[in-house]
Amino acid sequence: MNHFSFPILSTLIFFPLLCAILLMFIRGEEGKNDELMRRIALVASVVEFLISLPLLKYFNDSVAGMQFVEFVPWVKSLSLNYFVGLDGISLWLVMLTTFFVPLCILCSWTYIKQKTKYFLIAMLFLETAMIGALVSLDMVVFYVFWEVMLIPMFLLIGVWGGERRIYSAVKFFLYTAAGSIFMLVAIIYLYYLSYKTNGVGSFNLLELYKLHIPIGPQLWLCAAFTVAFAIKVPLFPLHTWLPDAHVEAPTAGSVILAAILLKMGTYGFLRFSMPLFPYASHQFMPVIAFLAIAGIIYGALVAWAQPDMKKLVAYSSVSHLGYVMIGLFALNIEGIEGGIYQMLNHGVDTGALFLLVGMIYERRHTRLMDDFGGLAKVMPIFAIFLMIATLGSVAVPGTNSFVGEILILVGAFRTYPVVGVFAVSGMVFGVVYMLWMYQKVMFGPITVEANRTLPDLNRREIATMLPIAVLVFVMGIFPGMFLHKMDSSVKAFISQYQQNFSMYEAEASGNPVAVRLQGCKIAVDSHATSHGGVYSSGR
Amino acid sequence: METFKIILPATDYVAVLPQMVLVATALIVLIMGVFKKFVNTSGVGLTALAGSVLALACALFVGHHGGPSSSFAGMVLDDGFSYFLTLVICIIIVLTILVSLNYGVFFENVKSGEYYSLVLFAGVGMVFMATAGNLILLFVALETMSISIYALTGFHKDQLKSGEAALKYFLMGAFGSAFLLYGFAYIYGATGSLDIIKISNFIKTHPQILHLKFMVAGFVLMLAGLGFKISMVPFHMWTPDTYEGAPTSITGFMATGVKAAAFAALIRVILVPLAPMQHSWVSLMWVAIFLTMTVGNLIALAQENIKRMLAYSSIAHAGYILLGFLSGTGLAQAGMLYYLMVYAFMNIGAFAVVALLCKKGEEFNNISDFAGLGFKYPLLGLVMTVFLFSLAGLPPTGGFMGKFYLFTEALRSGYVWLVVAAGVNSVVSIYYYLRVVVIMYFKPEVTENAVVLTAVSPGIIIALAVATTAVLIMGVLPSYFFSFAGNSIFSLM
Repeated sequence: MNHFSFPILSTLIFFPLLCAILLMFIRGEEGKNDELMRRIALVASVVEFLISLPLLKYFNDSVAGMQFVEFVPWVKSLSLNYFVGLDGISLWLVMLTTFFVPLCILCSWTYIKQKTKYFLIAMLFLETAMIGALVSLDMVVFYVFWEVMLIPMFLLIGVWGGERRIYSAVKFFLYTAAGSIFMLVAIIYLYYLSYKTNGVGSFNLLELYKLHIPIGPQLWLCAAFTVAFAIKVPLFPLHTWLPDAHVEAPTAGSVILAAILLKMGTYGFLRFSMPLFPYASHQFMPVIAFLAIAGIIYGALVAWAQPDMKKLVAYSSVSHLGYVMIGLFALNIEGIEGGIYQMLNHGVDTGALFLLVGMIYERRHTRLMDDFGGLAKVMPIFAIFLMIATLGSVAVPGTNSFVGEILILVGAFRTYPVVGVFAVSGMVFGVVYMLWMYQKVMFGPITVEANRTLPDLNRREIATMLPIAVLVFVMGIFPGMFLHKMDSSVKAFISQYQQNFSMYEAEASGNPVAVRLQGCKIAVDSHATSHGGVYSSGR
Repeated sequence: METFKIILPATDYVAVLPQMVLVATALIVLIMGVFKKFVNTSGVGLTALAGSVLALACALFVGHHGGPSSSFAGMVLDDGFSYFLTLVICIIIVLTILVSLNYGVFFENVKSGEYYSLVLFAGVGMVFMATAGNLILLFVALETMSISIYALTGFHKDQLKSGEAALKYFLMGAFGSAFLLYGFAYIYGATGSLDIIKISNFIKTHPQILHLKFMVAGFVLMLAGLGFKISMVPFHMWTPDTYEGAPTSITGFMATGVKAAAFAALIRVILVPLAPMQHSWVSLMWVAIFLTMTVGNLIALAQENIKRMLAYSSIAHAGYILLGFLSGTGLAQAGMLYYLMVYAFMNIGAFAVVALLCKKGEEFNNISDFAGLGFKYPLLGLVMTVFLFSLAGLPPTGGFMGKFYLFTEALRSGYVWLVVAAGVNSVVSIYYYLRVVVIMYFKPEVTENAVVLTAVSPGIIIALAVATTAVLIMGVLPSYFFSFAGNSIFSLM
């Protein structure tokens, strides 16, 4: 499948782990060597980013399948294999991960004062787990990375978090772990099904794609996966861990959580539950679309009511992720590409917002909007960056989210117009609460004396924000560059989905329940495979 | 009738070499303990350690080669299964002695010759339980093990709790043994033999006896007897009090060694010979497993004492292992063995950490005593975290792989809902294991009566390092261990 002889994906996965282990051997008592360790971690994460760049260069965008594949038998008796690969769907998410980790280390330079060594180790360990989860193609390997991801994040929230950190950390852990246990059982059941069908069990995702799963079990299995991923996304009403975790986590934790960890849920839908269970996914589609809409509107309204900036951004995540879900479940090329693109956009914009909120919190130790006002005069550079992030977040034309949201809406209107209508309302709310926040914090008279002397962003902070600000516009103006890489994979995904779906549907058509459902069948329409996307013509 | 053999070939003795080494060491240690004037106290422990390491080496190198065979006229079976369990039990003994060496610094009693000789005698009993080919030998081995452990449980002579624990365990255990013996009698009545292989063959050739009430009664009584030892619900009542009251080094020994031996006996005398009557125990075992997992985990949630918590969790773990018993396939039994091995490392490891947190004559057993430990002693915290996560079944640890293997086999045998229940139980268990981690890392250190590591001997460092490494290796590269466990099951006689 690939002639790239260097095991680049394994390098990407394990390089941060190696650096983390290296850090363990540096003495870190009472804060000595902190500066050195920060530098090492920063260099390590930048090197990691550089290692990931060749992926872009050598990624063949005319190939739909997996690239840079590595396959090593792991446990023969259970036919477990260390099997990793990358396609157009995961490529950008991996890039996003390697892009954000250095920024997170940079933004924590002075924010994290306690136990710096362990913080850095946790960050690098987390990077290993995230990349591993994004590239693994064996269900169990995926599950291992997926669970391992929890541990450093749990520590990040619990050790370096705010006042209610313990509650939030435990809640985060238990919610996710509870969901994933069901996924584990479902994974094992899939193995058992493949064992029954083929005589040899398999955890290989690409082989399981070909597996015929009877409709009864399919619904259960899909439900198990859906719960696991819906918690991670988070889909309303399973979102309650998110505001707690976001608010209590240190800035770097919030950024990683928003930028990458939440994407694991949506990515999971796209990679696992939809292609494995097309029929069941289709049955669940109305429910998921409804919950996504509920999340969009609910998230936006609650965000509007928040006095705390970080909480506002956290709830806006619930709203934005609802969009992504609608895009993915529209099941046409616009919807899915828009969904993937919006995953990236949400990472970039919300990541930026969390970084900025963290910077201001570091200066004033408060995040309440009422404590601010008129900051634009005191901190002009900060104001510019916050403006860019806000505009990006509310999807102003020319910024990244605009492309994503338009694609999603186009996709949604083609599949389920009613859903599209409701989704648009969320966009309006988004503008309201974000601009409202901006106005309250930045404009007006300076009401609090302490704000008069706030220093503007220093060089390190500018260095943190600049790449993101540039990315907001690059992604807004040249979306083709990004979308082009995912085209073949997404198209293959859709045609495979349709093919499998019609097979299962034919199988179920003898069933009266299915006939009734056909009445409200949401079209996986014939245009879906045609080359679409309003912006794709501009490449 | 057997013809009585007077001449026993030397190979017979080779088969029981580890046991012989253990017995010899136990006797030497016992005598050394008497001559306190001439032998200093650490010499006793070190001798015991040397003997157990020698036994481990014997088990490793001299043990089972080639096909399965039996010695002493079928009394002792020498097959892959024996080999595996002898190894595991010897490892458990070595680790326990390493932990005890350090624990003895805090508690004078634990230094004595009797203590070590009892540990070694219990170990001999365990090994014989795993290798016995005859119900009588099995029973004698069980009693050797049990009586030693009863005495060890009460070794904190100055603590009431310890005495209470010993008495409870003794009374309950005596009942359990009686049940087991009663069960043996029924089986003997039905099949006319005490030899496990002959019983097995007899059942194969006379399937009609499976319908005898005798057989069912025998099965239930044997299950009850062994169920006491593995603390299967509803025979678990003694576990928390006993685990809490016993010296911590012994708690770890009990939780792993006794369990390993009892599960070995369960496989040897019930699962394999009585396999044809499997269908008749499915519903009974289903309920028992469900209750064992659920009761253990739910009560563990409410515990404030870490030893009690681990006691209840050990009940739950027995439930997970029994999943393999219910599935009954060869691979499922291999999963049981694999789990027993991981469980030995992670549980002794966890108890070793608890045994380390002591001061003269006093243990720090409350979970709240762990506050701030994670950053105060980073390595200790890390090691404890690895053990707890492994017990909770989180990757990349051996505990995850073990559970995964058992769940897979149970699902393959069609017990979907039981596996789902086991999954839910795992989530519940994550909560209480995580709580310890939370307290270790997120809570500030307590100011008064804080835990200080006063004595850390090289022995316990080795024990912790070995256990941690084993847990991680079995999680990341389980392949070798899976095939080891699988091979030993398939060469089961």
